[in-house]
Amino acid sequence: MSEYRIQGATGEWEVVIGLEVHAQVTSQAKLFSGAATAFGAEPNTQVSLVDAAMPGMLPVPNRECIRQAVRTGMAINANVNKWSRFDRKNYFYADLPQGYQISQLYHPLVGEGEIEINLDEKNPDAETKRIGVERIHVEQDAGKLMHDQHPTRSYVDLNRSGVALMEIVSKPDMRSPAEAGAYLSKLRTILRYVGSCDGNMDQGSMRADVNVSVRKPGHEFGTRTETKNVNSVRFVMAVVEYEASRQVDVLEAGGKIVQETRLYDPDKNETRSMRSKEDAHDYRYFPDPDLLPLELDDAFLEECRQSLPELPDVKRHRYEEQLGLSAYNAATLTADADTARWFEALLAEAARIQKKSEGEVAKASANWLLSELYGALNRLGKSLEDSPVGPEEGAELLALVADGTISGTIAKQVFEIMLETGDRAPKIVDEKGLKQTSDTGAIEAAVAKVLADNGDKVEQYKSGKEALFGFFVGQTMKAMQGKANPQVVNDLVRKALA
Amino acid sequence: MTDLTDLTVADIRDGFRAGDFSAREVAEAFNANVAGAKALNAFIVETPEKALEAADAADKAKAAGEPLKPLSGVPIGMKDLFCTEGVQTTAASHMLEGFTPTYESTVSKKLWDAGAGMLGKLNLDQFAMGSSNETSYFGNVISPWRRGDGDTAALAPGGSSGGSSSAIAARLCPAATGTDTGGSIRQPAAFTGISGIKPTYGRCSRWGIVAFASSLDQAGPMARTVRDNAILLETMAGFDPKDSTSLDLAVPQWEAGLSSNLKGKTVGIPKEYRPDGLNAEISAMWDRGIDWLKDAGAEVVEVSLPHTRYALPTYYIIAPAEASSNLARYDGVRYGQRDLPDGAGLQDMYAATRALGFGPEVKRRIMIGTYVLSAGFYDAYYTQAQKVRALIARDFEQAFEKCDLLLTPTAPSASFALGEKQADPLAMYLNDVFTVPASLAGLPAMAVPGGLDGQGLPLGLQIIGRALDEQTVLNAGLAIEERAGFTARPGKWW
Repeated sequence: MSEYRIQGATGEWEVVIGLEVHAQVTSQAKLFSGAATAFGAEPNTQVSLVDAAMPGMLPVPNRECIRQAVRTGMAINANVNKWSRFDRKNYFYADLPQGYQISQLYHPLVGEGEIEINLDEKNPDAETKRIGVERIHVEQDAGKLMHDQHPTRSYVDLNRSGVALMEIVSKPDMRSPAEAGAYLSKLRTILRYVGSCDGNMDQGSMRADVNVSVRKPGHEFGTRTETKNVNSVRFVMAVVEYEASRQVDVLEAGGKIVQETRLYDPDKNETRSMRSKEDAHDYRYFPDPDLLPLELDDAFLEECRQSLPELPDVKRHRYEEQLGLSAYNAATLTADADTARWFEALLAEAARIQKKSEGEVAKASANWLLSELYGALNRLGKSLEDSPVGPEEGAELLALVADGTISGTIAKQVFEIMLETGDRAPKIVDEKGLKQTSDTGAIEAAVAKVLADNGDKVEQYKSGKEALFGFFVGQTMKAMQGKANPQVVNDLVRKALA
Repeated sequence: MTDLTDLTVADIRDGFRAGDFSAREVAEAFNANVAGAKALNAFIVETPEKALEAADAADKAKAAGEPLKPLSGVPIGMKDLFCTEGVQTTAASHMLEGFTPTYESTVSKKLWDAGAGMLGKLNLDQFAMGSSNETSYFGNVISPWRRGDGDTAALAPGGSSGGSSSAIAARLCPAATGTDTGGSIRQPAAFTGISGIKPTYGRCSRWGIVAFASSLDQAGPMARTVRDNAILLETMAGFDPKDSTSLDLAVPQWEAGLSSNLKGKTVGIPKEYRPDGLNAEISAMWDRGIDWLKDAGAEVVEVSLPHTRYALPTYYIIAPAEASSNLARYDGVRYGQRDLPDGAGLQDMYAATRALGFGPEVKRRIMIGTYVLSAGFYDAYYTQAQKVRALIARDFEQAFEKCDLLLTPTAPSASFALGEKQADPLAMYLNDVFTVPASLAGLPAMAVPGGLDGQGLPLGLQIIGRALDEQTVLNAGLAIEERAGFTARPGKWW
């Protein structure tokens, strides 16, 4: 993979990056209480007695949250620990009602795994790199402080208090902003495929703590800083870039990097010190005595494994090898779980209507989705999710082209009408009389007229300017108002010129 | 007519069913005793109306010929560590003064659902931390017992369930709930000449009980007879999905299973519980207890629990460690006391609130617990204590290969005068020396009266059983109860 180097006054520097990603587990209820987890609810409306840490309240693990974290671990080929344990991380803050966060320090649910990244997903020849994942553990989220509600007071919203998070800790295996970005994107893709996290970084469902250090290539790791709660792929890359060059500047000026927690300011594109190691908390971790160790049986693990969907890398290879798609199209269609789902629905429907195998309809389906549909959605400013045309409607349109009912050109017109009116393709073709004709008599007449009207060009063609063939075809099509079967037109023009 | 407040739970239950008296008469009699015993300071909140309400419901059901519940007509006291819906719950702390839960603890709900009525919320050591009931924010509980010879010194009812023990001994209630973390049911029972059982850890749900040390806390009944303890425990125990450490097991019919015939049972006498310098009267009572169990048909063997001497230090690491974290929620943000000095920030509010809301013993344990969990000390204290705890549990397992139950004294002394051990926390902690090991191992253990000492104060015997074998513990308790003939009761001075 590309060597990313920072040119300093004293020579080249290498950056070393590790990410701790917090991903909110998709679940109806919180990690240890029955309270709901919907985003954007009125403050303090999704708070149980447990979340508010009322006296005598006890946590009970939510099986679904554990299941999602286990499935995530399996999706990155990690060791799932059949025995794990919850620990308390003790500190005082107003958004932490218990005075401790229930987390997993000593015995996490998921051990080592890895994620394959590709710096250029569209380029099948681009080098790939495996980024190690140290662990995944589950823990509670904290509540939220609101400082803008009152001039002198802070308000506390406990809706998020107790929501289940997965903390996915990478190894310090990344060496450039692009690698960090690719890792985070890929991780998000996997989470969305698995369905364990919606990956909505703007809603805080996924956020990254970015650990950055620099060193002279080949030397020991340098001292790292940790920039907290970075909430987009672009910002993660910006943090790495900024931190790396800041650290090089400090070191080359004879200074030392302090192990500290920093915050990213997207407006100024810089990181600022939040607290140094000296005032770091002593979290007094110890096993939570309210909870028994988590022991997973084989049946549970098997169910988790069985319920995993086809994952992006496997799917991409299948699209290339079995469906015969180009590397670019395969990568684009699998980069996002929703797109792949949409494509597969289109594919299944197209194959069904046309009574063909998926392989036989794959290319046309992929091309239509990526050029026609995506073009239209871009124009309309819509996403696939709220596309006015669904996979079934798209498949109907493709079938009309495939069986020669309409030409590709007419199909574009029909699609525009579908987008405008919401009508389905067969109806539009019927009502507007767009069915293409294979009536050789009518086409022969049109060809004869075109040749008669262009006697000079016929001469030129016959004396060797064969490129004019397309002109005669085009003129014939035009005369037929686009409704002639192009293959028939081709044949008849060739015959007439022979 | 007999004084209704001299009746046991079983007497009240059966007499009410037989029509000997109404439930209202019973409730009124106990309400009157409660109202007349302010000097004992056993209650933090009195709820005579709750007792009457339950009694009236029982009388009405009986009159209508409806089926009666297991505890219909029986009023009880509720240790103020159990959250009670609509009734102030304080854990005897200033921190929670005025806190009224919107929810009912699982154990108390089971009791009310079984027909019991509440006489009031019983005083205790603050957050259940103490062995003499001298740490309550609401004042000391006084034992109804006094030394002979006209001595009027106020004596400790034991702790932390001191309100429960004092109230039962003084006939303010026929039974009460207790909680036991390191002896808080058994030691007060011994000090006041009553019985109490801490069941196997996980038998009773901890949901809704103000937590002290989660891995040790266990609710249990306190009453004047073994049978009453069996009756109450049957209602209190049972799986609760809201408590992850609750045992998903059927509740045995302990009362129906009561038998004082111990033929085929072997009683182990742990030699480490008889150190040099053990109080001679305690030692003599223990020997009598051994004879009573032999008389009931049991064989007696000496066993060894070699790690016993490490139990107390182990306990005083683990319990404060858990407490330091469990009590972090009392921060002044959401409920309870809040002290917000002028210009104070969040950290200042925490400090001021917790300085105001916690008493000295609670603060001491939070400090100890915070210390043993701190970076650099964690392994030396907490990790080591967990290892020793496992060894202590193994000691019991090995002993139970040779015997079915263990007999020991409950406490190393009889009740002492209030103030006597206040100055020296270590001397106070030593009171738990015989009760703490069973707590660390999570085993069922019971205190039953064994007799009086030379000053006329009660002494207790402790029976420790295998995990889940409450029945054998209760049966041995019954055998002792039948033979000890303990009928002494404190003379009324209050």
